[in-house]
Amino acid sequence: MAELCGIELAHPIINASGTFDAIAARRAFGDELLEQFPFAAFVTKTVTLVPRQGNPPPRLWELPAGLINSIGLPNKGLDGYLAEDLPLHASLPVPLIVNVMGFSREQVAELVFAVAQRDEVAALELNVSCPNVETGLVMGADPREVDLLLRQVRPLTDKPLIVKLTPNVGDVAAVALAAQDAGASALSLINTIRGMALDPRSGTPCLGGVTGGVSGPAVRAAALAQVHAVCAAVRIPVIGMGGVQSGRDALDLLRAGATLVAVGTESFRDPAAGLRVAAELEDLLTNRDNPSLGSRSRA
Amino acid sequence: MSATRVTAPPRRRAARVTSRESHGAYVVLRCSDPDGPQPQAGQFYMLTAGTRWGGGAGERPFLPRAFSVLRARMHSGGQLELQFLIEDVGPGTNRLCELEPGEDLLLVGPLGVGFVAPREDRRALLVGGGVGIAPLAIWQDSVESAGADSIGAIARGAIPPGLTAPPRVTVLLGFRDAAHAAGALLLDGARIATDDGSVGHHGLVTELLEDQLDRDPNSEVYACGPPAMLEATARLCAERAIPAQLALEAGMACGFGACYGCVIPTRQGYVRLCLEGPVLDAALLADPAGGASAHPEVQP
Repeated sequence: MAELCGIELAHPIINASGTFDAIAARRAFGDELLEQFPFAAFVTKTVTLVPRQGNPPPRLWELPAGLINSIGLPNKGLDGYLAEDLPLHASLPVPLIVNVMGFSREQVAELVFAVAQRDEVAALELNVSCPNVETGLVMGADPREVDLLLRQVRPLTDKPLIVKLTPNVGDVAAVALAAQDAGASALSLINTIRGMALDPRSGTPCLGGVTGGVSGPAVRAAALAQVHAVCAAVRIPVIGMGGVQSGRDALDLLRAGATLVAVGTESFRDPAAGLRVAAELEDLLTNRDNPSLGSRSRA
Repeated sequence: MSATRVTAPPRRRAARVTSRESHGAYVVLRCSDPDGPQPQAGQFYMLTAGTRWGGGAGERPFLPRAFSVLRARMHSGGQLELQFLIEDVGPGTNRLCELEPGEDLLLVGPLGVGFVAPREDRRALLVGGGVGIAPLAIWQDSVESAGADSIGAIARGAIPPGLTAPPRVTVLLGFRDAAHAAGALLLDGARIATDDGSVGHHGLVTELLEDQLDRDPNSEVYACGPPAMLEATARLCAERAIPAQLALEAGMACGFGACYGCVIPTRQGYVRLCLEGPVLDAALLADPAGGASAHPEVQP
């Protein structure tokens, strides 16, 4: 069992936002998906105020140990989400966490207010890895932006607000502290690390969006360091993620101080990766014969 | 078109490789998939070698690779055998082509939506290019066995003769050269075009297609191959108001709608090819060449 902000979970493994589409997966895999749902909670792909088509292809670029994506947050927009997708997400056998993103504090507030009113939603996750069009600053890259954002949206709901931190900052712990002090219930990290690839012949970008986000085992060590730094700085729970492929990787993040662990890119390779990681982690945590394993709780 | 979808078990599973045969430039891998469902023609699988997937020279592959199923046969005892057609063009296909009988192939599938039967009174016309002939092989089997059923029904008197046409599937395949044209033997009765003229018609398969469409406008075209071939196929069919179902390809990370990487532009906006395809009605496409997504196998 695991727990996040009062939400009881069957195990500590959830999905990273944008790496598992439960509605599409149900079409591909049928009801068997629900009988063995791979995650203890379901985190949606980012919902924005207005619908988005997403970036032009190519959207993916394979790396030696991961990939770069430049998807561009395609989604049906708030109204489309609430009318079409939320009822399907609510029928999943696990708690629902809705990820939202706005291009201004007012947009985030509108999203939080509307989504939080729905009983089916257990918690909200704020994607702050985008520029505030009014200031030009990436909201999640600046402690003051995060502070102002949280002060605006925190009063709108009693539900847990999870802030998804971007790793593309100088001092992630400073942003984490600002989020905590302004009322964030929990933090999640890391989002993808900005990266790009060039066509060796033409020298032009390989991705339609020019740059993209790196994920997969390539970012695991960087994720562990950032989760460690944030957990040392804050008291609120942390959801650790970044390149997790095994129970051992998940255990590392728990030992760095995370409360839950999210699986992302590995689910692309195996839709049941979440279940496998959870089972491997359970084995590691209950293997009392292994003297190399210490306590999972942070001191 | 209302295609149905065979759903996949929601996990990656191991399928033991039972044989590896060379067909000119291609390898046919057969594997045993005892727990999997019988796929439909045009559906695909995401494949990974059970060992040494990545970590070699260049460190790739990392992602699984998508392959339309070439054939699926139920053996006595209920054992499903899957066949895949593979051409060694990059790090993933290179590793898959090395797999020996007894080694594991990891797969997720069947995925996506395949071909649907020809509209009433239309005859199936199959057009393939290169490794794109794979889904046409299982589709030829499927169309001809459905036709054989109707012949049986005529013989039994269940259907009056003349009301149902006998099965007649025309198959046109194009290849680069003779080594690739060896793949044509995987289908029955194909007419062949090669770029270098070493086998069959010296030229493009779409030249054979244009002739055939003019001879038999009552066709329904099923096509799979390189983007330029599909673009020409879509144009030739559109000019004659002949329906065409295209099996498309785009770089994809997952195959089940999670990554949003394999979108292609359609008249309804971007659609995820893994979920709404890989077979799409040509009339739906905004750009008949299909997706611009870079395929992980052919990174420059």
